[in-house]
Amino acid sequence: MRFSGFRVVKEALTGHKGWRPLWRNPAPQPAYDYVIVGGGGHGLSTAYHLAKVFKGSRIAVLEKGWLGSGNIGRNTTIIRSNYLLPGNEPFYEFSMKLWENMEQEFNFNAMVSQRGILNLIHTDAQRDAYRRRGNAMLLAGADAELLDRDGVRGMYPWLNFDNARFPIKGGLLQRRAGTARHDGVAWGYARGADLLGVDLIQNCEVTGFRIENGRVLGVETSRGYIGAKKVGVAVAGSSGRVMQMAGMRLPIESHVLQAFVSEGLKPVVDGVITFGAGHFYVSQSDKGGLVFGGDIDGYNSYAQRGNLPVIEDVAEGGMALMPAIGRARLLRAWGGIMDMSMDGSPIIDRTPIEGLYLNAGWCYGGFKATPASGYAFAQLLATDAPHPTASAYRLDRFARGYVIDEKGMGAQPNLH
Amino acid sequence: MTRLSGGLIDRSQTLRFTFDGKSYTGHPGDTLASALLANDVRLMGRSFKYHRPRGVFTAGSEEPNALVELRTGARQEPNTRATMAELFDGLSANSQNRVGSLNFDLLAVNDLASPFFAAGFYYKTFMWPRAFWEKLYEPMIRRAAGLGSLSMQADPDAYDKGFLHCDLLVIGGGAAGLAAALTAARSGAQVILADEDFRLGGRLLSESHSLNDAPATDWIAALEAEFASLPNLRVMRRTTVFGTFDHGIYGAVERVSDHLAAPFAAVRQTLWRITAKRAILAAGATERHIPFANNDRPGIMLAGAMRSYANRFAASPADRVAIFTNNDDGHRTALDLAAKGVEIAGVIDSRAGVRALGQYPVFAGAMVSDAKGRLGLTRLQVTRDGQSHWLDCGALGIAGGWNPNVHLASHHRGRPVWDETLLSFVPGQDGPPVMSVAGAAAGKGSTHAALTSGAEAALAALSELGRTATLPDLPRAEDAPINQQAFWHVPGKGRAWVDFQNDVTVKDIKLAHQENMRPVEHLKRWTTLGMATDQGKTANVTALAVMAELTGKSIPETGTTIFRPPYTGVALSVLGGGDTGKHFRPTRLTPTHDWAKAQGAVFVEVGQWMRAQYFPRAGETTWRETVDREVLATRAGVGLCDVTTLGKVDVQGADAGEFLNRLYANAMASLKVGMVRYGLMLREDGHAYDDGTCARLAEDHYVVTTTTAQAGPVYRHMEYARQCLWPELDVQLISTTDAWAQISVAGPNARALLERIVDGFDLSNTAFPFMACTELTVCKGLRARLFRISFSGELAYEIAVPARYGNALMAQMIEVGADLGATPYGTEALGVLRIEKGHAAGNELNGQTTAQMLGMGKMVSTKKDAIGAVMSRREGLSAERRILVGLMPVDASQPVVAGSHLFAPDAEQKTETDLGWITSACFSPHVGSGIGLGFLADGTARIGQEIIAANPLQGQSVRLRVVSPHFVDPEGGRLRD
Amino acid sequence: MLIPHPLLGLRDAQEFTYLGDAALLNRPDGMAEGAAEAFNDYVYLRDNPAGVHRELWFHEQGDRSWLIVTRNTVTHEILGAELARDVALAAKGGAQ
Repeated sequence: MRFSGFRVVKEALTGHKGWRPLWRNPAPQPAYDYVIVGGGGHGLSTAYHLAKVFKGSRIAVLEKGWLGSGNIGRNTTIIRSNYLLPGNEPFYEFSMKLWENMEQEFNFNAMVSQRGILNLIHTDAQRDAYRRRGNAMLLAGADAELLDRDGVRGMYPWLNFDNARFPIKGGLLQRRAGTARHDGVAWGYARGADLLGVDLIQNCEVTGFRIENGRVLGVETSRGYIGAKKVGVAVAGSSGRVMQMAGMRLPIESHVLQAFVSEGLKPVVDGVITFGAGHFYVSQSDKGGLVFGGDIDGYNSYAQRGNLPVIEDVAEGGMALMPAIGRARLLRAWGGIMDMSMDGSPIIDRTPIEGLYLNAGWCYGGFKATPASGYAFAQLLATDAPHPTASAYRLDRFARGYVIDEKGMGAQPNLH
Repeated sequence: MTRLSGGLIDRSQTLRFTFDGKSYTGHPGDTLASALLANDVRLMGRSFKYHRPRGVFTAGSEEPNALVELRTGARQEPNTRATMAELFDGLSANSQNRVGSLNFDLLAVNDLASPFFAAGFYYKTFMWPRAFWEKLYEPMIRRAAGLGSLSMQADPDAYDKGFLHCDLLVIGGGAAGLAAALTAARSGAQVILADEDFRLGGRLLSESHSLNDAPATDWIAALEAEFASLPNLRVMRRTTVFGTFDHGIYGAVERVSDHLAAPFAAVRQTLWRITAKRAILAAGATERHIPFANNDRPGIMLAGAMRSYANRFAASPADRVAIFTNNDDGHRTALDLAAKGVEIAGVIDSRAGVRALGQYPVFAGAMVSDAKGRLGLTRLQVTRDGQSHWLDCGALGIAGGWNPNVHLASHHRGRPVWDETLLSFVPGQDGPPVMSVAGAAAGKGSTHAALTSGAEAALAALSELGRTATLPDLPRAEDAPINQQAFWHVPGKGRAWVDFQNDVTVKDIKLAHQENMRPVEHLKRWTTLGMATDQGKTANVTALAVMAELTGKSIPETGTTIFRPPYTGVALSVLGGGDTGKHFRPTRLTPTHDWAKAQGAVFVEVGQWMRAQYFPRAGETTWRETVDREVLATRAGVGLCDVTTLGKVDVQGADAGEFLNRLYANAMASLKVGMVRYGLMLREDGHAYDDGTCARLAEDHYVVTTTTAQAGPVYRHMEYARQCLWPELDVQLISTTDAWAQISVAGPNARALLERIVDGFDLSNTAFPFMACTELTVCKGLRARLFRISFSGELAYEIAVPARYGNALMAQMIEVGADLGATPYGTEALGVLRIEKGHAAGNELNGQTTAQMLGMGKMVSTKKDAIGAVMSRREGLSAERRILVGLMPVDASQPVVAGSHLFAPDAEQKTETDLGWITSACFSPHVGSGIGLGFLADGTARIGQEIIAANPLQGQSVRLRVVSPHFVDPEGGRLRD
Repeated sequence: MLIPHPLLGLRDAQEFTYLGDAALLNRPDGMAEGAAEAFNDYVYLRDNPAGVHRELWFHEQGDRSWLIVTRNTVTHEILGAELARDVALAAKGGAQ
């Protein structure tokens, strides 16, 4: 069924009787060519691109819970390609271009909204660093603008310009950045994949890998054994736990990141703003909630919940930057588990086990990568060759010394 | 007349207030909602999506409909529940989320178009043409969405943050909470009782039941008197515990002044972090409704709320009311209202064969199937056995059973469990181990059960803490079951609301089912069920029941959503706790701050420090003019700069040298006493971490410095190395950054100046050569340390004195050095001097660079093991071709801009051809043009060549010459003179 | 969270700075054969368990002790805390 305004009107006039399930609930087959472990954003995007672009067939996505229950179901919805390093920026710009065309391609409105991201500058050194970054973005074909203080004031006059501990001196603006409706992205890929024949199997937890002679043969699941020629794991947050079943240790720690939404408000924040002198970033959803966050809690956790100090810290940052949002109320706080990698950058690579592929280590930035991550992982699964923009995301980069460390924090995951 | 007799309002005082500009009166004890009802106002808000007219639905914090903008100007507070806004004289509130008036909202057109706005409709349309989303569709949606509005003025009120510790925290001041607090407080334990209401009693205040054959308020009054006499009990009214965190930590907000007219004498609210050894959750229960067609008419509310308004607030939404119930509790409302003189049009009871408990008509085995009255209920359709008739009434109370408020017991992701007898979710066994649940929150809803379970929970909690307590004499109280029938919604064709605020109807749930959005999280996200300001408190369980009916599964199989903090909305202001504006972070001042301020210095934020950036003099019109003067004065005479902010760590012990040897990439154990060595620290991953100097004051005593930014982290790292890696070494550390004021004295006249302040110390080049250090006295007996080190490339020293003498020392040196040209310089000149000399600083040591890139590859000793040494030899690090170079414009009038990328002159400029970047740049008065430092691939080989600095961000492209990074005195002669 | 400091009793976790897995105590010998591989494992690879985890916390706003805290990463329950120095010394003693 094709979605369109016309269709919405027709169904409205006929009592919505014609709407079909967004996807099937198929029973798992005994074997597939490709089994994708994880029905979050990256897994669904992988399956979609595998079927759509690389013409794969006999594909299954195995999801422990419900589709989209990974970190795509709990994030702050920001999309951007404002990275510094050559290992990252072309990949995220590739992702941005996929965002720009995704809805028309998979016929689902994921509310991709390019209302811009503004990274605020508070010191001269920060301006130098952002200038370097903005230039790196332009050189990779992305867009970037450097704003002075007046330029920032013109966009957001109610920021704290007059009484700030760390005065705003300017900002790096990427206008093509913005937000997308996170669940909509998962559902769009899920529906697109289902229409291309991919089996999306919910409530199907992978409990082990069947590996013989260094080659993966399939996966044990809560719904029985499923054979596979190739297995792709995309379970960010649980990567350590899942890959342990294949006998692998990863350069990853699992950490909790909290995020927050306020009660609904009439529109005040148009784009995304990040505070450069505290841990706070914010946007406003189409429903009117201020969606904001800050730092990870900082300790290893699989608990999907955080603690009060970070909530206070984030609110302090928000109030320091935007004293005008003080009378809005926090509506809900939630915690997601992040694959915090050792250099802050992801992994899309083969593993030492033949037929087993890994997509992991997205830290707290996996949402924006959803389209390109799926595309690149699909390409790797289908062709055994990396996508050119993802070729740096190798597992052996740590041993060989080719880390992609945007923040320059070294091998301490909670600082990335 | 909808003001009734009795109630807990103080009729001796009249309070004036306005709603939508119209004036009304009420009394102390009223909420905005009760006062409006008492003034015959039923219409209080509009729904989120369809802008349906709405009245108040509850009498508590779970209110989905009656949201207002409270107060005006910078204090305007959106989405305030009228049910929680305590009335004060002069209160001003406005309805929200409307275009036009509350009675005539232009956006109510959405309601007419509602067939097009079914669940998930926006995912299916607005896709063409692509550019229309941001330009047309989305702005339209955003304008219509949202609820209340912010003034976008800075919040003018004060907030505070506090910490409390106790043995037992009792959450909720109803029957169970009061019994628990009483039991615990009498035992002598430290107890906190927190309640969100402004009056203790919880549902006891809303019921007509007696306690010990007297009004419940008598018992509460006696209890309050006893509470006041117990110093170990802290009663916190107007305090909402909003979150349960790890290890017995709870977040709570006390609304200190929200019930008063502004401006406030005290803070508006206080954020409390309560650490409790044990907690009892006695948060009560929230009543359920029963969806039927047009069940959102103003005047339709929960039956328990109707009882609250009648008994506590002496208000009724109408003179003639009806009740729709599936249990006995609904009949209580009929009895209570009848007792207050309100006419009961009838009790519609879904249970067949039930009888009235008093003088009112009962429609047994019947249901309400429709309602009329767009701006206020006028008629109900009652259906029984397929026969319908209309019943006139102005209000309807719905009694669908009660949902225990399990939220705070489920914040650790524990799942509540279904109780088939109670027909509700009760707390499971997987809640926080330090919390127990009592009263209606545990499904023990009769007054007797609540009192008993509260007291028993307190006994159990105290016994876990090793305390003995005795069960108090609890008052005799009602203990009747409510005999509920599982009746979840009225089938029918019309729209029946489940989630009022977000306009989620039974039809939307059916559509979600039809479209296979059946897992509870899909249901929620597809329909927005439970995502409104009330977080589904009055909707979620009912929605589960509807979905369960559609799938043929049981309610617990259908699932529950996850409970997340906060229990109710918390102002961002109070979460920030007042640490805003200039108080966002601590401000650290250098020892010479006052002196610099007196000199008219301009200051700059450097992390938490405020440092003098430059010292403008009369007649200087630009900062550059000042900085150029300071640089030239230093290179020609002598400059003084406060460098206290550099981290200092005292390292002592027999193994101090060995310890530092393992910490720094280069050798430190071999350093001679009385000498200083530059030190480069690597991270264990082999990248450059920090640099500084190590001075050996004695065989077993070193003083090391760090960069300003890394003072904290490096000290932590050193303690880690000492305690975790090499505990066998005899070494002790202490940070002395704040203990010593340190001043750089740089320039050809530096020695001459210092000779005037040292106490007979030989500063000659032979006695105190480059890189020497010593302890000495200055200014006639002041303890000091002197280091002959240079960041500027000039003959230079750093002198340290106890911090409290820093100000005086600076003033003294400027005074005695006047004829030598002694000039203070700030961080700008410091930056210029170090760039001219080619010294790396923060821009070069950004955590991504290696010793090799800094031109210090050879410093990483291969003869010893040190942190980072092994990993620095990895392929990717040793293959790194970029190295620090100096850069000058070919045309001296052209700027050198940090952050520019470097390209070969004829190269196409893109990521793949990028050769490096400019890290630092400045105007060099010494060179007479802009200069820069940068990392450039094969930089050493390119010295003398031309290169392009591209800054497309600002449309610049400048031709530069690659030079040595040492623009000043490359041989280093000046340092050693 | 509250951390049971072996010297100071229960302290708010906000006073501490977190580092990571206590395996960081076992730094390989940089001069030994196979150091490159040993360091890769030490610096980059983690067990990252969903369950009991021994981890390093620094009492930065306190007495500057490094602690090894044993904590469940699923429930956040803390099972104990020791001075890292004691543990490291004991390990070195055992190795001799």
